Amino acid sequence: MPQYMNEDRFISIEGIARRYPKAGGGETTIFDDLWFSMNRGEFSAIIGHSGCGKTTVLNILAGLELPDEGVAVVDGRAIEGPSLDRAVIFQSHALLPWRTVLGNVAFAVSSRWPDWSADKVRDQAMACIEKVGLKGSELKKPAELSGGMKQRVGIARALSIEPKILLMDEPFSALDALTRGTLQDEVRRICLETGQTAFMITHDVDEAIYLADKIVLMTNGPGAMVAEIVDNPLPRNRGRIDLHKQPDYYALRNHLIDFLVTRSRSFKDEIPETYSKRHPPIVRPTASTSSATDSTLSAA
Amino acid sequence: MSSNLTLRAGVLSFVLFALFIAAWHIATRQIGAVANMDPEYAKLMGLTATTGKSAMPGPFDVAAKIWEHLKNPFYDRGPNDKGLGIQLAYSVGRVMLGYFIAVCVAIPTGFVIGMSPLMNKALNPFIQLMKPISPLAWMPLALYTIKDSAVSAIFVIFICSLWPMLINTAFGVASVRKEWLNVARTLEVRPLRKAFTVILPAAAPTILTGMRISIGIAWLVIVAAEMLVGGTGIGYFVWNEWNNLSIVNVIISILVIGLVGMLLDQALARVARFVTYPD
Repeated sequence: MPQYMNEDRFISIEGIARRYPKAGGGETTIFDDLWFSMNRGEFSAIIGHSGCGKTTVLNILAGLELPDEGVAVVDGRAIEGPSLDRAVIFQSHALLPWRTVLGNVAFAVSSRWPDWSADKVRDQAMACIEKVGLKGSELKKPAELSGGMKQRVGIARALSIEPKILLMDEPFSALDALTRGTLQDEVRRICLETGQTAFMITHDVDEAIYLADKIVLMTNGPGAMVAEIVDNPLPRNRGRIDLHKQPDYYALRNHLIDFLVTRSRSFKDEIPETYSKRHPPIVRPTASTSSATDSTLSAA
Repeated sequence: MSSNLTLRAGVLSFVLFALFIAAWHIATRQIGAVANMDPEYAKLMGLTATTGKSAMPGPFDVAAKIWEHLKNPFYDRGPNDKGLGIQLAYSVGRVMLGYFIAVCVAIPTGFVIGMSPLMNKALNPFIQLMKPISPLAWMPLALYTIKDSAVSAIFVIFICSLWPMLINTAFGVASVRKEWLNVARTLEVRPLRKAFTVILPAAAPTILTGMRISIGIAWLVIVAAEMLVGGTGIGYFVWNEWNNLSIVNVIISILVIGLVGMLLDQALARVARFVTYPD
């Protein structure tokens, strides 16, 4: 039994709903009554098809959108708007093109600590730029950087404000496979070293397996639901190279792929009796659980 | 390769210029067919009739006159005889003043319109109505209300510079990328800081484009405005020289108006290069 569900719920999403007005009157419900939680220092990923409302969930956590119903609670307080406690790494990196790398990071630092002296801001910004391996490029403009380097600046900017939570919206999807791999390594290293709580949207199964401790599976929208929460059975010290040699790797991977290919669509029609929106089942697919699709350990 | 292109273009420009001067010279040269007429009558008729000389000055007449102006651009021999430099200074001064006031009004107003969809919708009909009005149409009203021709000219410059800057600023501010605004939001940047550190630099290239259009229009309008208002300025100078039948000075004025207009535009183009960002 996973015990953490009743532990310190650092981030708790409690019955949120989001609806948009439909073109010909009425409303489209992207999702409603959505519940899940994350613990301090945990890396969570949310996986699902386009249009299931993953980005909406992230925007609600970032405070850029407000839910129509329910609340998202962080560290005991309901989210009412954007906050410096929650940094966002945008898919499109969203760097300010007229500022240098240092200028972009320093902008965030001086927003976080408006009273700091210019030197102190610079030092903090430089430390973060070094952390993502961009030392020497700090005076370049974003246009002079490759896609991977731009996203590194985005990561440095997010880390520089020392957020309680790092929110990532498919941060590596626009990058080539090699760059993506390196950046995943960096993000994993930084999050493990600093105990950073992180939440990531992805549609890349291997990225979720490598990075996340907990993977939230979302069914297709509209009316998307959290089908289940997958507890990553792979050891915490997993590496990219030997990932596929882990005994539980294929069980986990098959489970995720199976979800994305069939169950994300069919889940709505065959909801198990034990299913509760408020307590989505927690699943831990391992090599020993016989069939990957039927390995529910806990339904509440 | 590109230096080669520059060189070839330069040579071509020079050849075209030389051809133009030559054609001009040939077209206005003395034909030499002296009509045999009564000397008294010839005096009355002038050189055009008696020696076949064209009334249009040739390029060398113009060059000589330019040299004369260059030697003494700032003389002042009464209201109807001032140096070309003084006249230009009056015109540039009026344009700068009217333009500067327009910048001070258009950019803040454009910011408000760009940031508020309500203001945008509310003010749009007025802007659309005012924009196509020829600035000179304001002149009588300005003369009547302001009762000062010099200030009226400045007002006309103000009103004609206003619209392109206003519209471009509003457009630039309204179309700042959402992701940059989201960055500012997640960093909890206060509104005033956001305006100066995110929106202004993001919209600056569009604003500068509007400012360039405006300075061009202002320079076009000042000539006409000064023809109406009279007294000083390059526009007045052109009209005055036309009344003097000094075609040489009219041609020189045209040249100088073009030159100053180009310089004004290039100056703003240089500023625009500072604020443009590659993306």
